Amino acid sequence: MAPDTRPHVPATEEQGSEPSDLVAGEDLALARRARAQLAEVAPEPGVPKPDPLLVADGVRKSFGGLVAVDTRHLEIQRGTITALIGPNGAGKTTLFNVLTGFDRRSEGTWQFADQDISRMAPHRVAQRGMVRTFQMTKALTRMTVMENMRLAATGQTGEHLLSALLPGTWRAQERENTERAQALLERFDLAAKADQFAGELSGGQRKLLEMARALMVRPRMIMLDEPMAGVNPALTQTLLGHVTDLRDEGLSVVFVEHDMDVVMGISDWVVCLAEGQVIAEGPPEAISDNRAVIDAYLGARQDLDEHGPEGVR
Amino acid sequence: MSATAAGGRLVAVTLVVALAAGGLAALGALAAPALAEGEESLRGTLQVDGDPVEGVRIEVTDDAGATVAEETSDADGQVEIALPGPGSYDATLDVDTLPDDVVLRDPDRATISPDVSPGATRPLAFPLQDADTEEEVVSAIPWSRLAQGSVNGIKLGLLIGMASIGLSLVFGTTRLINFAHGEMVTFGAVVAWMLHMTGFELPLIAATLLAIVAGGALGAGMEKGLWHPLRSRKFGIIQMLVVSIGLSFLLRYLIQLVYGTQRQTYADFAISASVSLGPFRTTVRDLLIMGISILVLTGVGLMLTRTRIGKAMRAVADNRDLAESSGINVGRVILIVWVLGGALAALGGVFVGASEEVTWIMGFRLLLLMFAGVILGGIGTAFGALVGSMVVGLGVEISAVWLGGQLKYVWALAVLILVLLVRPQGILGVRERVG
Amino acid sequence: MDLIEILSFAFRSAVGPLAITFALAAIGLNIHYGYTGLLNIGQVAFVMVGAYGLAITVDVFGGSHVLGALVGLGLAALLAVLLAVPTLRLRADYLAITTISVGEVLRLATRSSQAAPLTRGADGIAGLGGPFYALNPIPPGDYGFWIFQLGSERRVWLMLVGWGLIALMCLLVWALMRSPWGRVLRAIREDEEAARSLGKNVFSYKMQALVLGGVIGGLAGVYYAIQAAGVAPDTFDPRITFYAYVILILGGPGRVLGPVLGALIFYALFQGADVLLRQGAAGGWLPLVEWFGSQAIGATRLALVGLVLMLLMIFRPQGILGDRREMSLGA
Repeated sequence: MAPDTRPHVPATEEQGSEPSDLVAGEDLALARRARAQLAEVAPEPGVPKPDPLLVADGVRKSFGGLVAVDTRHLEIQRGTITALIGPNGAGKTTLFNVLTGFDRRSEGTWQFADQDISRMAPHRVAQRGMVRTFQMTKALTRMTVMENMRLAATGQTGEHLLSALLPGTWRAQERENTERAQALLERFDLAAKADQFAGELSGGQRKLLEMARALMVRPRMIMLDEPMAGVNPALTQTLLGHVTDLRDEGLSVVFVEHDMDVVMGISDWVVCLAEGQVIAEGPPEAISDNRAVIDAYLGARQDLDEHGPEGVR
Repeated sequence: MSATAAGGRLVAVTLVVALAAGGLAALGALAAPALAEGEESLRGTLQVDGDPVEGVRIEVTDDAGATVAEETSDADGQVEIALPGPGSYDATLDVDTLPDDVVLRDPDRATISPDVSPGATRPLAFPLQDADTEEEVVSAIPWSRLAQGSVNGIKLGLLIGMASIGLSLVFGTTRLINFAHGEMVTFGAVVAWMLHMTGFELPLIAATLLAIVAGGALGAGMEKGLWHPLRSRKFGIIQMLVVSIGLSFLLRYLIQLVYGTQRQTYADFAISASVSLGPFRTTVRDLLIMGISILVLTGVGLMLTRTRIGKAMRAVADNRDLAESSGINVGRVILIVWVLGGALAALGGVFVGASEEVTWIMGFRLLLLMFAGVILGGIGTAFGALVGSMVVGLGVEISAVWLGGQLKYVWALAVLILVLLVRPQGILGVRERVG
Repeated sequence: MDLIEILSFAFRSAVGPLAITFALAAIGLNIHYGYTGLLNIGQVAFVMVGAYGLAITVDVFGGSHVLGALVGLGLAALLAVLLAVPTLRLRADYLAITTISVGEVLRLATRSSQAAPLTRGADGIAGLGGPFYALNPIPPGDYGFWIFQLGSERRVWLMLVGWGLIALMCLLVWALMRSPWGRVLRAIREDEEAARSLGKNVFSYKMQALVLGGVIGGLAGVYYAIQAAGVAPDTFDPRITFYAYVILILGGPGRVLGPVLGALIFYALFQGADVLLRQGAAGGWLPLVEWFGSQAIGATRLALVGLVLMLLMIFRPQGILGDRREMSLGA
């Protein structure tokens, strides 16, 4: 294990004013160096990266006879924002599902922070620091915003049946988690809503909550499935700001997005999927005029600016 | 007796009583009035080789030796003796009233002593055999009963398959597991019974046709009056499921209110000539039931694959949003699914009633088998459900050869759990995706 | 119509041993359905193994009642594990289908002649509860006043212990559900994928919830066996689960006191309705029996309960104690 996983001990002293202790489990300097290294990587599908956090080999997923995902090799560089694009039905969400353990792989292996997680149950993947959000936000509607946040903290003593009955064993931890949750809520402009039911939030606020909640897990990589879908333009800017902030604090971000302006605006690296395969990857400038990418979108009769949801469910 | 002509073949001659294996007792047998809050009684069917034995007198005495009741078996070989209350009784078969060519298999068992608990119906078990049957050599594998079990199993499987089409299609198109589906089966059987046996005295065939119409109407009524409004109010699946449990109890006890707790048969086709096909023995009635079931199932299969409405149903089941956006009137398709499901459930109910008995709880019992069949085959897939139903039907009847009628549901449950462990998507189902 | 008789009978029923049994069964179900969203439609199976665990231990193996009670609770836990393994990884309705089948099949198996050496078949096992009543410290007599009649010292003792158990279980549920453990359960009820994505082992929590609620159901069974001084398979029919649901949804699922309040009201109404219907039948202003026969009163009452469950679920799924605002958020 890398030295940078910090389980549930709030590290308020370290790194002083840097807000990164609030969210990230990553070494900031390392992450910044990794991002800089990306400039030298060739824009080819399956290209190796200098400091990959996630390495996937031969990941394949088929439903019945239909192959949804079939990627030969894919690496995600630490400390960067990687966008996953592709026409509808390209297998982006399925790839998310498989990598995070929500769908069982048909074939393939992948390592996260040098550890094989390809057979791991989704909750253990999350505990390892790879946390995903969902295309349709999954706010826990009949729990308050604060409960949503507290829930997400890992390593809670009070989550064991027997210690649950002894509040003395978990009160202090609960207080710490609440403090961190409060700080995160303030950062995401949700502090005023802390005691409301999550179901009372607007769609945009739910997106914010879901992101803040994922950070409670102290992830090293956060995987956002269409974080801007159905969000008004003003909030999109706020969300984008949050995403880049997270990256600047050392977190690795992977996100699925349809809006090309968004993708081009904030990504350090773009991976394009079509029919389950990685057909192109590279920095945004290299992707926007990549022939294969354009063909894939035209082939699927989609504009590059298509905003629609992925697939019809 | 025709069985005798079968000659050297040793047929295990079992008089099947309410709770014994195989034979006509199959389902209705298990529908013992467990929940009935009625009177105590003794009940059984006297038969040799599937042929009823009429005119046999059975006398019941209480603890004190006083005769409390006396009945003679009717044309169906059935005897039902009402008792004055719970307690221990002796029931004695009057050997002198047996036909000349029929004897008790065990001459020492002319008297049995059932203990009857409050509200219970206890079986009258008097195994009979042909007088000229040689002493039975008990083989390890009871081939003849196995053959009989297979015939019954095929019939039961077809009935489960037919009755569960609605369950499956409704689930496929609306994601609702309708716990009230069993009551739609009972409804059909009871409507036909009322039209046939009371007041109108319609022939069973006419009564059945009307019951099918009534079943379809019930389905349509449920969809229009309940499920459609709930869906448009965005009710969750779990909430709807609980509503369907409430509905099933409402219907079940409304049926009990109107129909009562008794177990009845249809007068038409109550007796039916027996037919032998090699080792398989069945009746004309059962052949008819199986034939019609196969026809109906084939018809439904053709409808699903060949007709526009059938294709629309499958499209809705496959992907509702896509179907809707490609111009299919989803609401109408779902309504038709309910009508079809209700009609087929009603027909299944009449068939179960005709081959066994009509009771207020029959549909609930069948529902458990339908669940097993549907899950085994792959929930939401019409063809899978048929395959699953056949496996369950055969399994239930064949296992009854060894386990006895009382435990045959255990088998269905075991299959259900095994399938969930090994292949939850069922034989023909496809894994669902999440996230 | 005699109002005093109805009220008195309703009160007697609402606080009596049967209502206590159902309150306990519903407290268990509340952990399943109310807090975790597990659709267990076979709570009767847990009640049944609890009751039979006690009865068989005492009757067949000559064990003590205490040992029997422990066996009953242990069997309920075992049943929960056996049910959990094949179903809890699947969609909610698989658990529903499996539990409803297990409930009915257990009953059929118990009453079968093959099981008779152990279970005494359809007649069941009698003669339980002696040692329980031997501990009764309450002096003989009839207790109660006016319409609030409790009954003999035996019944009062039963009710005392029963309500004690209810209080204990409510305390347990309260303590658990305010803890982070209970928070995970509620998160699973809301959206198990979300809970999973936040690193919670959903299967393990569902299993714990199913076992805990099942054991409380088993406790209801142990209590039932003692209050009825015996067990018979046919008492454990699907209606038990059904009543437990009505009670839970009436009182308020996901509320500590929901099942208790629900049981009180349900039994008062249910038994009150019985007296009312019978008086109506006897008085001739409700000729159900004349029209439909002797089963009419029981059937009418149960059909009404079915209707009540539907209406509650449709119009007030949060029950009496629930919060309309919370429910309107949708699950």
